[in-house]
This record gives sequence, structure tokens and C-alpha cells, in this order.
Amino acid sequence: MNDPSMVELAVPGTQPDFHFPPYVSSIARSPRMPLVRLQKTHMKLTGPVFGNELIREHDNDLTAQHNGEPIGERILVHGRVLDEDGKPVRSALVEVWQANAGGRYRHMVDTYDAPLDPNFSGGGRMLTDDQGRYWFKTVKPGPYPWRNHHNAWRPAHIHFSLFGAGILSRLVTQMYFPGDPLQPLDPIFNSIPDERARERLVSRLDMDRSEPNYMLAYEWDVVLRGRTDTPFEEGHR
Amino acid sequence: MSSDSSRIPSSSQTVGPYFRIGLEYLLERTSAGAMESQGTIELCGQVLDRDGAPVPDALLEFWTSATVSLRPGRNAEQSTFPAGFRRVLTDGVGKYSLVIERPAADEPGEDRTKAPYMIVLVFARGLLRHLISRVYLGDERTNKTDSVLNGISEERRATLIAQPDESRAGAYTWDIILQGIGETVFFAW
Repeated sequence: MNDPSMVELAVPGTQPDFHFPPYVSSIARSPRMPLVRLQKTHMKLTGPVFGNELIREHDNDLTAQHNGEPIGERILVHGRVLDEDGKPVRSALVEVWQANAGGRYRHMVDTYDAPLDPNFSGGGRMLTDDQGRYWFKTVKPGPYPWRNHHNAWRPAHIHFSLFGAGILSRLVTQMYFPGDPLQPLDPIFNSIPDERARERLVSRLDMDRSEPNYMLAYEWDVVLRGRTDTPFEEGHR
Repeated sequence: MSSDSSRIPSSSQTVGPYFRIGLEYLLERTSAGAMESQGTIELCGQVLDRDGAPVPDALLEFWTSATVSLRPGRNAEQSTFPAGFRRVLTDGVGKYSLVIERPAADEPGEDRTKAPYMIVLVFARGLLRHLISRVYLGDERTNKTDSVLNGISEERRATLIAQPDESRAGAYTWDIILQGIGETVFFAW
């Protein structure tokens, strides 16, 4: 099981199970056959490499993508993208999307009757800098109902998609906000068995980066699989 | 064992149903019907769930073993798409299609037993972690000698092989079955 030539598996409890019945959509869509474990050399595809030309003005300011300002609590979200050694992942593509302050997504399948905001699209993207830092301005998303079970509500969250150095560094996840009482009730958040791993998806109120009379800030770091010096996961825990 | 600086990778969460808002901008903009050159293939298929129902809200990413880098294009729009990478969405009936650089073997000229392939990442509502698969091209002779394919039971191996379209050179079909009869082989991560 611990053959060092094989792809490392996640630390137990730190990743959700594919099949998690409390999250009803997982029941018919998650594989039930055993996943096949490959040798590391068969997973060492690198790239893609994204460049600055992919990023347009206002892609990291979701409050500035329309003529007027969106309704809601203006916030800064920032943090670092790190590898398993705690080193910065530079030029990582970070993509984000979220509901508006009323909990409504600008998407055709969102039928919640909270109002759309004509000044908010809810999508953004950026590349990390040389210290692995990212930052964007937005409004705090609202919680919203969904059909998973009776009276189901998602805690406020921002979706993140990240590309690191290789195939195994790819990550799609969600960032949550501190002190949200909906988190203990949410099957998606609670699909992660390990409590500390769940807490690492919760951002931190950051008064140092908050701007008086303007906006609060939240800080959230992401750790991607892999190590900068050995991007193909040759290192071991 | 763990050093002090060692960190546990962040947990995955589902892409959910609304990912177009943040991810659609990067979709492959090449027309699926137009083959640009001999160096590309066209791949299409359908994503299905346990009940054979189409998955109309899946996001697929294809990573080829061709050179993956930013290839400057003739105009700004082209240059935003790295070679060897495509992101596509399924449509209302779970179908996808893409044109992509023909994959090359891992180490061409060195190990002639390895078959070319693409790595495929599957994201969808209902998937708390993304799935990783591989797709091989059905008309490659080296499929018979490829060590990854040969490491998979014969009955499941076929789920990784895209079938060539006999009427059109360079066109292939490959379905992804998330669960149940004919379940596609996915790899552990």
C-alpha cells in the first residue's frame, strides 16, 4: 500500500468521499468501482500554463464589472496559494464564482426568486504573484436554499478553481466565512470527515487588510498538492 | 515523516451547478466541426449517470501529453489557449465535443510500448471531488503494449478507449459513465 512509486493518496479524512448519500446528487453520479492507483510516472503531466493575457481589467474586482456598484457588503478576499512544503505557487490561475448578496446566482438554472443584481455577475479570475498571493474585491455572497433536503440552505461561500504545477495539483473547492451557523447543517461542507480539514476551508476575518469606512477583508490560504522543487510529487509526507 | 513546514492539501468541494459564471470564459472556442490541421483530433461523446441519464451540467478538462505550454497565437484570443488543454461543457443531453492537438506518447522515441493518451478531469454537481480518467485512441497500435492499459482488467479497459469514426479520419467517440454498468475507469488521487 505504501509503495513510494505509486501516486500518493489523500491523508485519510481530509478529502470528501465520492459517494456521500447526505449529498443526494452524489448518489447516482459517483463511481462505485474501486479507483485505480497509478504509478507516479503515469500522472506526471505538467501544465497548462496560463498567461497574463488571459486576465482582463476588473477580473479581480467583481464590484467594478458594470456601470454601477452591486448591492451588498463590500469585501476584500485575499490569501496565498501554497504547495505542500508551504512554498508559494507562482502564476497559479485562480478562478472564482459566487452568488450575489441576496444569494442568487446569475445562471439560468438558479430558480431562487431572490433578485438578480444588474451590477453583479459574480465571476472573476487572477494569477498569483511571486509570493503566491491572490486578492479580489467583491460583495459577500448570501446563503441560499437548495433542494437537497427539506429546508436546506447553503452557507455563504465562494467557489474557487485553481491550477498549480501539475495534474495532481488541480483543485476545485469552496471558501466559507467565519461564524456561519449554516455550516454544521450543510452536507457539502460536512462531506469532509476531518474537522480540522473542514475548518481550513473557512476564511479568517482580517482587520489588518480591512479599510476603515470602506470594506472588511477575509484571508484564506489554499494548499495545492505537489512540491515546487519536485513538481511531480517525488517527495513524501 | 512530516516536516514542520509540511502542509496538508486543501479539501475539494463540488463545482456545483453554477460554474459557468466563473469558468465559461475559458471554453474552447474552436469550432468542433472544423479540423484545423492534421495535427488535431475531434473527440465527442456523452456523460451518463448510474441510470443512463445524461449529465447536462458536467465540465470536462482534457490535458494532453503533447507539449503543454502557452503558444502565442496570431491574435489575442487565440493566445489565451494553451496547447494541449481544453475545457468543455456538456450540453442539455450530456454531450460534449472538442478539437484538440493529437496526443503524443509520453516519451516519444524512447519507449515504443507506450500509447498516446489524454488525461481527462470530470467536474459536476454531485462530484465532491473531481474524477481523473484517461482516454486512448482506438486506432493506435501501441494500445496493445501500453502498461497502464494492460494493468486494467480486460473488461474495464475498453472504457478508456475512444472509438474512431470510420467515415471521418481523426474523429473519435468516447462516453463517460460515472457509475454502474460500463462504469468508466477512474484513477485514485
